[in-house]
Amino acid sequence: MALTTTPTTAAPPPSAPAGGAPRRRRNEARAREAAAGYIFLSPWLIGLMVITAFPMVFSLYLSFTNYDILSTWDMVEFVGFDNYVRMFTNDPTFRKAVVVTLTFGLVAVPLKLVAALAVALLLNRERRGVGFFRGLFYLPSLLGGSVALALVWQAMFSRSGAFNEFLALFGIQGKPWVNDPDWALETLMVLAIWQFGAPMVIFLAGLKQVPVELYEAAAVDGAGRWRQFWHVTLPMLSPVIFFNLVLETINGFQGFTSAFVISNGTGGPVDSTMLYTLYLYTKGFTEFRMGYASALAWVFLIAIGLVTVVFFSTGRFWVHYSDGDGN
Amino acid sequence: MALGSQSLPSRASVAPLSRVRWRPVVRFAILVLILAVVLYPLIWVVGSSLKSPTEVSSNLSVIPKNVTWANYPDGWFYLNKITFGRFFVNSTIIALATVVANAASCLLAAYAFARLRFRLRRFWFAIMIGTLLLPGHVLIVPQYIMFNYFRWIDTPLPLIVPKLLATEAFFVFLMVQFMRGIPRELDDAAKIDGCSSFGVFRYIILPLSVPALVTTAIFSFIWTWNDFFTQLIYLPSVESYTVPIGLRLFVDSTGQTSLGPMFAMSVLSLLPVFVFFVAFQRLLVEGINTTGLKG
Repeated sequence: MALTTTPTTAAPPPSAPAGGAPRRRRNEARAREAAAGYIFLSPWLIGLMVITAFPMVFSLYLSFTNYDILSTWDMVEFVGFDNYVRMFTNDPTFRKAVVVTLTFGLVAVPLKLVAALAVALLLNRERRGVGFFRGLFYLPSLLGGSVALALVWQAMFSRSGAFNEFLALFGIQGKPWVNDPDWALETLMVLAIWQFGAPMVIFLAGLKQVPVELYEAAAVDGAGRWRQFWHVTLPMLSPVIFFNLVLETINGFQGFTSAFVISNGTGGPVDSTMLYTLYLYTKGFTEFRMGYASALAWVFLIAIGLVTVVFFSTGRFWVHYSDGDGN
Repeated sequence: MALGSQSLPSRASVAPLSRVRWRPVVRFAILVLILAVVLYPLIWVVGSSLKSPTEVSSNLSVIPKNVTWANYPDGWFYLNKITFGRFFVNSTIIALATVVANAASCLLAAYAFARLRFRLRRFWFAIMIGTLLLPGHVLIVPQYIMFNYFRWIDTPLPLIVPKLLATEAFFVFLMVQFMRGIPRELDDAAKIDGCSSFGVFRYIILPLSVPALVTTAIFSFIWTWNDFFTQLIYLPSVESYTVPIGLRLFVDSTGQTSLGPMFAMSVLSLLPVFVFFVAFQRLLVEGINTTGLKG
């Protein structure tokens, strides 16, 4: 703020020399605009400092302490890298949480995107009713993150749930899916894939932008449907695929609600649904080991940052921008 | 729509006539089948909420044999002292306050980023994009300690005040993208007529940004209504529970779940989002497109 307020006060003297007046007026207008810029930006700037930047620094400090919410500040001890060392050497649940989160992200996200792209391709050929289908396919993306849907999922995939009764129609003996350590995470994945509507809508808009001439040219050259898809649709769609992949992966690693509800806050059975954020919550807010939870948060932040860097550095090799304009 | 084989000269489309006719039918059938699978859980929960306790565990069909509404009052008055009405009021207050706070604060920030020239603008904009990808869970511990220090726990303040400070970078970004589409000539015309930056905001940008504001409002409402993590942390006592936290009461007691009332209240909790979906479907779909694509 300080650097912009000074020039605004410099009002032009009434009898300025003929040549200098317009320039000075222009400078004055520019300074006024800059001041206005910072005035409009000030709520965001305050938010950035107080709600984001300060907590980030604070959490970095906490991660080197044994702080818990019950202790007073003079009881807080600086423990160096103890939290980090313990995490990687002496915390099986942490390792389990990393494996569960990676499995969830690496399986559910690609499947979700494949489903989204497949349905978008089907829908793109349709002449009528596109809006109707698109809207209804999108509906789960709006509702799926809620506690209500997680409860529905839990009921549907329990021992006497609708899914097992459906399997019984084919004579298949079901399982108590949500209570089976081998299947609980898969149940969560199905819930995530069920919400394929949001990336589908984005794919559909991307497909609409692919010039028809490219398909015509490919057809003239004798390319069949499959080769058209492989050599026209996929490259032209790659920026949209990239966008969806980044967004869904980062969101996928942050899944919390469904895992919390289905496991009743425990990450069970046998830590099989212990997503990273759920583990962080357990450490910070049920065990109140907030120093340790902060260390977990920073490892998570660095991991997400690395994933983003990997995406953007590999993106150059497979993302094709037809207009030469990034993003 | 002239894709693939359809766009070939007519000579080619004579021979596989039967195939060309069948393709759309098969495609349509597949779409209907997928739609049925996708909608099944939603129809199932509505159907189950209308079943009696014996039927809810025995009848596979989504349609109840005997429709009973008893689950709704049972769920509503599940706790003796506090009704679900209280949770709905709490959720509504938080959601509406968030809508107003997000719309106002993000619009101001977006105007600065999209239209005004000032030092370090590019730098701040890059930071804003960075916070877009910043996982909120990383900040939750220090934020909790901070809000606890302010004695804000068990009040809606930790949920609302950050939104007043444009911390939802997604909406700032959405509005910046939208404002870039408003012709600059309008700003220039207003300036020639003597408008300051504030005047341009008041008379040009604000009225023309209404579609972006509506999109922001709808998404803010839906996300806040569905939010669980922050409400779980900041609202520990039953009186301040919101609907999602309240729903978990049906499960908490020794694993014995009262399915019927739980389904009934689940349906009620999904209803506002569903109404928004029906009313604003087009805007919602376009909303994710403007942020997702035209970057």
